[in-house]
Amino acid sequence: MLTLFLLLPAAGALLALFLPKHRDQDAKWIALLFAGAAFAVSIAVFALFDAAHEGYQFVDRFQWIAAETAGFSIMYAVGVDGLSAPLVLLLGLLSVVSVLVSWRIEAHAKQYFAWLLLMESAVAGVFLSLDLIQFFLFWELELLPMFMLISQWGSGRRLYSATKFLLYTLAGSAFMLVGFLVLGAAAGTFDMAELVETPVTEAAVPLTLVFWAIMLAFLVKLPVFPLHTWLPDAHTDAPTAVSVMLAGVLLKMGGYGIIRIALPILPQQARDASLMLATLAGFSILWGAVITLRQTDLKRLVAYSSVSHMGYVLLGVSAMGPLALSGAAMQMFTHGTITGLLFVVVGLIYDRTHTREIAEMSGLMHRMPLVGTVFVVAGLASLGMPGTSGFVAELTTFLGSFAAHPVATAAGIFGVVLSAGYILWTVQRVLHGPPSERWRDLTDATAWWEVTAMASLVIVIFAVGIYPALLTHAVEAGIAPIAHILEGVS
Amino acid sequence: MSTLATALYIGPALLLYAGAGLVLLADLVQGRRAPVGLLSLLALLLAACAAVLQIGAGADGPILHGAIVVDRFSVFFTLLLTAVTAAVIVATSEWAARVEDRGEFYGLLLVAVGSMVLLVQANDLITLFVALETTSLAQFILAGIARSDRSSEAGLKYLLSGAVAAAVLLYGFAFLFGMAGTTSLPGIAEFVRSGPEGLRLPLIMAFVFVAAGIGFKMAIFPFHAWVPDVYQGAPTPVAAFLSVASKAAGFAIVLRLFYAGLGGASTLITEDWAKLFAVFAALSMLFGNLGALVQTDVKRILGYSSIAQAGNIAVGVAAVAAESTIGPSGVLFFLGTYAATNLGAFLAVNAVSARLGSDDIAAYAGLLRRAPMTAVVLSLCLASLTGLPPTAGFIAKVYVFNSAIQTAQPWLVALVAIAVLNTAISAFYYLRWVRTMILDEPQDATPIETPGGAQAVLLIASAGVLFFGLWPAPLIAAAQRAAAALLV
Repeated sequence: MLTLFLLLPAAGALLALFLPKHRDQDAKWIALLFAGAAFAVSIAVFALFDAAHEGYQFVDRFQWIAAETAGFSIMYAVGVDGLSAPLVLLLGLLSVVSVLVSWRIEAHAKQYFAWLLLMESAVAGVFLSLDLIQFFLFWELELLPMFMLISQWGSGRRLYSATKFLLYTLAGSAFMLVGFLVLGAAAGTFDMAELVETPVTEAAVPLTLVFWAIMLAFLVKLPVFPLHTWLPDAHTDAPTAVSVMLAGVLLKMGGYGIIRIALPILPQQARDASLMLATLAGFSILWGAVITLRQTDLKRLVAYSSVSHMGYVLLGVSAMGPLALSGAAMQMFTHGTITGLLFVVVGLIYDRTHTREIAEMSGLMHRMPLVGTVFVVAGLASLGMPGTSGFVAELTTFLGSFAAHPVATAAGIFGVVLSAGYILWTVQRVLHGPPSERWRDLTDATAWWEVTAMASLVIVIFAVGIYPALLTHAVEAGIAPIAHILEGVS
Repeated sequence: MSTLATALYIGPALLLYAGAGLVLLADLVQGRRAPVGLLSLLALLLAACAAVLQIGAGADGPILHGAIVVDRFSVFFTLLLTAVTAAVIVATSEWAARVEDRGEFYGLLLVAVGSMVLLVQANDLITLFVALETTSLAQFILAGIARSDRSSEAGLKYLLSGAVAAAVLLYGFAFLFGMAGTTSLPGIAEFVRSGPEGLRLPLIMAFVFVAAGIGFKMAIFPFHAWVPDVYQGAPTPVAAFLSVASKAAGFAIVLRLFYAGLGGASTLITEDWAKLFAVFAALSMLFGNLGALVQTDVKRILGYSSIAQAGNIAVGVAAVAAESTIGPSGVLFFLGTYAATNLGAFLAVNAVSARLGSDDIAAYAGLLRRAPMTAVVLSLCLASLTGLPPTAGFIAKVYVFNSAIQTAQPWLVALVAIAVLNTAISAFYYLRWVRTMILDEPQDATPIETPGGAQAVLLIASAGVLFFGLWPAPLIAAAQRAAAALLV
């Protein structure tokens, strides 16, 4: 079933490429069909997932490369646990949303949707892999689609931004590969489960170095201050759908990697790094929020708010207790839906106004009540209003991290205050105020694809906010064994 | 041993030399109507069959007083080299038809590859040197065969630097002979393994000279200066041949000389030469990639990229470990995938360059709409050179780097860290090219037709790049068996 989820989008990508030229515009239907099918599979995976059952479920595995004498045995192995199941669901959902918000793409539509679908497959591989080298393979596979999508269908300095994204990620993942290989050589296997069970205690280079080599890739991806500078550029210049995917699922690869690989495989080194990570998290949250406050470009504003919000993930990670880690995992899911929605709304506004300058907008609520309302909902969820998923995740994180890192947690809570500031201020400037003459002819987003994209995310945000157990039962089951390992080393 | 049995041992090389003679003769008799291309392909096919037969017929081990050896290692390279040459011939027949000295082109190509086949079978310093010089001479002329100013300049440059390299290599050989008192590789190995403490310094000097001499063939820093000029000036088919076959042969002798001839692992000089190659590898990657960054001529980009790739491969040479051939098997696997990848890239460039009218990267804008298949193959090969999944280049890099780290030496871990960072640098220029081809708007949208032979070879090359990326097991197994022959 998981292999199906992995292959469906890639199959769709291939099919889209082979469309005859004059049917270029039909590529979106293929994309919708395959992304929709993958989403259906992801719902089934999440629904059938049994939280009471420990370990990985729906596992498919076979020996891909068997060269024991060269220490080069690589499995194809996919599976989900409570940590990855919500992310798989999130990926399925956001892929459909990003196809929908691309409905009006006309330039080279075949290629556009093919890259988009290929990216979904690559990210799926990252969330599902149970083998380090396979994980790395999918991690790298995601780069090329992203580079192409930003550099061709983006705006502004798109080539610069795409290249910056590429080089940052590659430089980070380069060290990750070295770390993985050192771990594999020391343990004699690349299987994640085996590496967790039989901890590596000695390797060719100090394990602390290995830990940071691996973390570097994840921290760049998350992203964490001061490694975050690629993110605002990439977001600003990317097309809407790519921003949705980037904020919604690609950043989660960083957080997921930390919780799945860095913490359980090198628990002692993770413990030692705890304070350092908390400090980085505190800086990210505050710095991100402060920079967000002074943005004048609507999309850049949402991008910087991501830096701040992903800081909460790292804050939860740094505390390393079960509650804090659950909070971090939930924050990943909720940030995916909330920021995904924010980017959808910003994209819809930009499609109509052709500007992202906040100063030029005013009173849009009068012209586009639906988009405006959704913007307010996403904004409130983003600042953690009770009743939305944002509240649940942030509260859990803070409760879990306060005992371990009171100062960083205090910084995080102050970050929430700041984010309330920039969200409300932005809502006030963009949506309210006197309706400007210039925007007299704006129309609301009423096309079916626009409404569906917004509605699906709003529903998820409220559903998790009102009944968090939807998510928590899975997340807690996934976090428990990892937290247990971390408690063992203290 | 009967003459027939001896013939089996050196059969592949003999067939290729005979083919060369026949080609020249046919060209002399029939002139331009002579089917020299077909004759050459036939010779290559027969040579490949003979190589397969060698193992099947039990031809295994040294012969001719130990001057020549047949083992899985030599068979691996014989097959690789003949396949590469055949691919070059098929893909460039249209170009070759326009060459004035067509017969000489095919004849020399066969002499070059025949000598390389002898080279990978060499078990003695003298055989090795003679085979190396024969193939080099043929290659010098090939580089200048177009008789244009640039082609002649390339030929001359190649000749001059090659002559210096040969002299240096010979000097190193003289040192080895002087100390060991024998030119046979097993004899030298025995001498080195006996641990002559007092001779450590002369031994180091000897292998430094040898490494420098062969470094020229591998196109590795700091013996690479000829590469960009020759690749740019020589006809593209010749450049393709040099960048793949000559490099593969270079790495084959290095492996033979250092792993079999200098005693391999656990001798008193093992760590010294391993570190020497580590330094070469690191510098090649840095120099090649930084050089390629600033180029706009695609042939020069491929030239610098091949220097950088030589650095990647040399990581496997440095990864020497006792009782194991993980390093060499990585080198062999890398060379196998690199042959498909780099040939694909060079031949794709060759297929369109005449019609694009320029080797400037800007001329490749929108190639996807002008020559879809060629553009896709070229993109795939460039992705493979970068080392992106799901191509063979990804597996090759991970395999070689993994070999280095399996040795558990901290300095090799550092080398791999440099190597992976270089991969990030190389992505910049490879992917910039890919993007130009598949996304930019063409200045001139007229379709470009790729000749049928070139199309077939490009399809095979890209199939290889994808197949070994998705299912590398067969090639890994072959590389491991071949490398195991070095452990004697």
